[in-house]
Amino acid sequence: MSLLTTLARLEAIRSGRAEPLATVLHRHLADRPMVLVPLATAAEDGAPLAVLLGTDRAEPRLHIVPQPLNRERRAEFLAALADDLLPYLDSFAAAVELIEGSEKEPATGEKTVTTRELCLDAPQLIVPNVGSVRHLALLGRATRFRRTAEDPDPGPYPAPTRVPLLGRWLTHLTERAQVPGSSLLLPMTGLLARHWATGQSLLEDQHLAAQLAWHHPPAGLTGAEAAELAETARGTDGRLLHPPAGPATDPRFDEKLLAPAIARFDAAQAAARQGRPDAAVDLAAAVGELRHLLLEVLLPTWTDVWRGLDLLRALPPGGHLAERWESDRWSYTGHRDRLAAGEPPQPRVDDAVTAARKLAQREREQVRVGVQEALDDPLAMAERRLAGEAFSGVVTELEPAYDTSGRTPKPRPLLTVHTTDRPHADLGREVHRASGPAAQKAEVVAFDAAAGLITVRVVNGMGRKKEPEAGSLPQPGEPVTFTLFELAPRQSAPLPEPDDTPWTHGGPPSAAPRSASVSEEWA
Amino acid sequence: MSLLTPPTPPSPAAAADAAVAAILAATVHPAPGAPRGVVVDSPPGAGKSTLVVKAARELVAAGERLMIVAQTNSQVDDLVDRLAAKGTELTVGRLHSGEARPAAEALRHPNVTASSKPADLLELDVVVSTAAKWQWVKDVEPWRHAIVDEAYQMRSDALLAVARLFERALFVGDPGQLDPFTVVGTEQWSGLSYDPSSSAVVTLLAHNPAIEPHRLPVSWRLPASAAPLISEAFYPFTPFRAGTGPGDRLLLPGTRSDGSAVDATIDEAAEYGWALLELPARHTVRTDPQAVAAVAALVRRLLDRGLVASSEQGRVPLTAGRIAVGTAHRDQAAAVRAALGALGVPVDPVAGPAVSVDTANRLQGREYDMTVVLHPLSGRPDATAFHLETGRLCVLASRHRHACIVVARAGIPELLDEHPAGDPVQLGSAMRIPAGWEEKIGGQVIGLLERVGAQFPDGWEANYRVLQHLAEHRVRGS
Repeated sequence: MSLLTTLARLEAIRSGRAEPLATVLHRHLADRPMVLVPLATAAEDGAPLAVLLGTDRAEPRLHIVPQPLNRERRAEFLAALADDLLPYLDSFAAAVELIEGSEKEPATGEKTVTTRELCLDAPQLIVPNVGSVRHLALLGRATRFRRTAEDPDPGPYPAPTRVPLLGRWLTHLTERAQVPGSSLLLPMTGLLARHWATGQSLLEDQHLAAQLAWHHPPAGLTGAEAAELAETARGTDGRLLHPPAGPATDPRFDEKLLAPAIARFDAAQAAARQGRPDAAVDLAAAVGELRHLLLEVLLPTWTDVWRGLDLLRALPPGGHLAERWESDRWSYTGHRDRLAAGEPPQPRVDDAVTAARKLAQREREQVRVGVQEALDDPLAMAERRLAGEAFSGVVTELEPAYDTSGRTPKPRPLLTVHTTDRPHADLGREVHRASGPAAQKAEVVAFDAAAGLITVRVVNGMGRKKEPEAGSLPQPGEPVTFTLFELAPRQSAPLPEPDDTPWTHGGPPSAAPRSASVSEEWA
Repeated sequence: MSLLTPPTPPSPAAAADAAVAAILAATVHPAPGAPRGVVVDSPPGAGKSTLVVKAARELVAAGERLMIVAQTNSQVDDLVDRLAAKGTELTVGRLHSGEARPAAEALRHPNVTASSKPADLLELDVVVSTAAKWQWVKDVEPWRHAIVDEAYQMRSDALLAVARLFERALFVGDPGQLDPFTVVGTEQWSGLSYDPSSSAVVTLLAHNPAIEPHRLPVSWRLPASAAPLISEAFYPFTPFRAGTGPGDRLLLPGTRSDGSAVDATIDEAAEYGWALLELPARHTVRTDPQAVAAVAALVRRLLDRGLVASSEQGRVPLTAGRIAVGTAHRDQAAAVRAALGALGVPVDPVAGPAVSVDTANRLQGREYDMTVVLHPLSGRPDATAFHLETGRLCVLASRHRHACIVVARAGIPELLDEHPAGDPVQLGSAMRIPAGWEEKIGGQVIGLLERVGAQFPDGWEANYRVLQHLAEHRVRGS
């Protein structure tokens, strides 16, 4: 945790309210996001219990598994969820723009112009917390390999085609959520924690209601008191007044209310199987009771997620959001194309090359999002300045100077900046001008820490002439910020194709024995 | 030697020579069908660099050309310098990137050629570069031989990108030092043998079970006072010993103590090779001003008191260039540098001999007569995985030829007690239990340990072991 974040947390404790960590919005928020609140069954890892979803806060739609241990009921639930979610995911596939690019023919080196489709917009799923993301990943993994009636060997329990399709989408979205700065699938607790500090620990912030309590504590209560109420207050019947945001449910709710309701459902079903006269009515009643119970548990979190969206939407968007959202749109378009091309589902585990590629991409994006947030938001830049990785100040002097080593002299002006920051600016260190008219590098040539004066020699971004282009240099009196970090991530080194995996990494995966990938270890 | 003499354990030199001979034989003249990789585990200061130079010379003498992969530019420059100096018969290429110019000491030899284009260097006996630069090299015939230096610091994905460049390789490294790291989450791949964020050697061994790692058994750097502790705490299952005996290395203060805690600490370190300057318990910011001041005062007094280091290399005064200060974080190093500057201690290597002040990551592979260490857990309210990482403490506590002084706030044992390692255990991590461990930890446990990817040694335990030893050499500061 950075010094500034720690300070904001201390301030939140003192003021009793959440304190801002950002002046702009740092993640893209869609106009029509799909809010999705999943619940899991306590008994079995990743077993779904219910989900509440929708794009309209007034009209959440509920799907439940009345008997979570019954695989048939689970299959019905997954089919219903797929019916509900897939149309939303597909609705962005048709509207595209055409992007022109050029491709080099590897053999001849000849360049050809290519056009690729890029979807104009992409879906966005908002879930309450990181646990929900993990739950969706498990659902994706459990469904994307399901065999369907169309398979050559459909097996005894073929699933509707849309179920493995749902699994592939969920897998894609949860994988994409691992990429720093991506916005296709976002947990609300993470979004809020990026933009505001509360006076509680990061672990406590995982409880959505408790984190939100710091934003709107009821009159007379501090954020900490309100958060504690949200976590622990119970009604006279022993139920939590504010149920946890899931995917796990409150054990006492499971024991006292959920289990008896499921037992009544089981009894009604058994009766129906035996052909008792009123069984259908009882069964419908039992399902109705379960739906009612679960809706009561889910609704408070549903409201919380939308309240969180309200808070975030009040922030002005950061300058680089559109650029990062474009990467998300490419990601969405790419998956759309893979589905259309009939490619097989994502493998159970990545091969060595794919894993290395994904890690390289995530590291690149981590750098990019860190730099872009600093450029978009003075508060984010302040963190870097406090860490000695950047300095802001006012230009006090601009002295023309030239590099005369070449045939024609090149401008290498000396810029002196007065700053109260204390950067780790060793002599000779390369610095980068933030938010200038063009990318501009400079080199530290003098640093008088006592007087707060840093002199840098500007080495590029001044045009090609003998004198610097007008407007390319900051003038005396002008505020300026230089960073010690580069403003764009480094390109990642090329990796071999999976089929060229070297001996150090076990050789090509296609040559390896297939047994492990076909059957699960525990099956 | 009479036949009646009872067998004595081989001298350190003989043991080390035997190990090196076996490694060279496996590298230069591999048996038919032998694995394509040779792995050498080397404790701190065991002659790893010497081994690399020897192996390179022998390969070239056998008519081979080879490439060498190191991890950082300074490692590459060091290596080029050594190769060119020791092997005057070799032609050495220093492949560098467009931006980073090689250091002057690497280029001062007539037999060194530097270029940023691989094509310029292909004909040379040995071409050295960083893993990061090698990854971009394309359209070349693979080398028959490669040496990968500091292989435990290399990430698995870097090896994946460079392995196409060679047929066989000698991997040399120190398994006790800092593991490679990444700033993004990698839980998704933990447990896979080729987890891209794990060490290159771990991946290599997992996929090539026939490779039996060799071991260098003697540390020439660490004094007799340090080798047993470092071996026990950080290399519990691959022990090593010091090349010198007790009394072979001496530190002699030129002037008497002024009675201060700082001078008492220096005397303790000079006599026993270890000292702990303990400041009163307190939670502090990372750049704890008092601890930083204590570190600076220690270094100032070390220089003022005119210590003389006496060893198998002769008697030399302990000057600024022979002292290092190690910290966990960069801002701590910056604070120490500023404090030393204020006391008039040279810290800028460009201006002449200077005290090296750096983080554990950057001190890896370096050697000094005396080190002053700011304990990673000093003044902290919590013990995170970063601060508990064994490699960090191991690097900081194993850079010295004579003595090591640790500066810390009191209360670290209590801190450790409150923070047992709590990271989730990942099933199926790629971890191989070295041969010979069965007897030590019981055969049945091994399978289980392999399944859960147990970490050896455990950072928590190693920290305790070191603290326990330091407690015997404690001086209380104020």
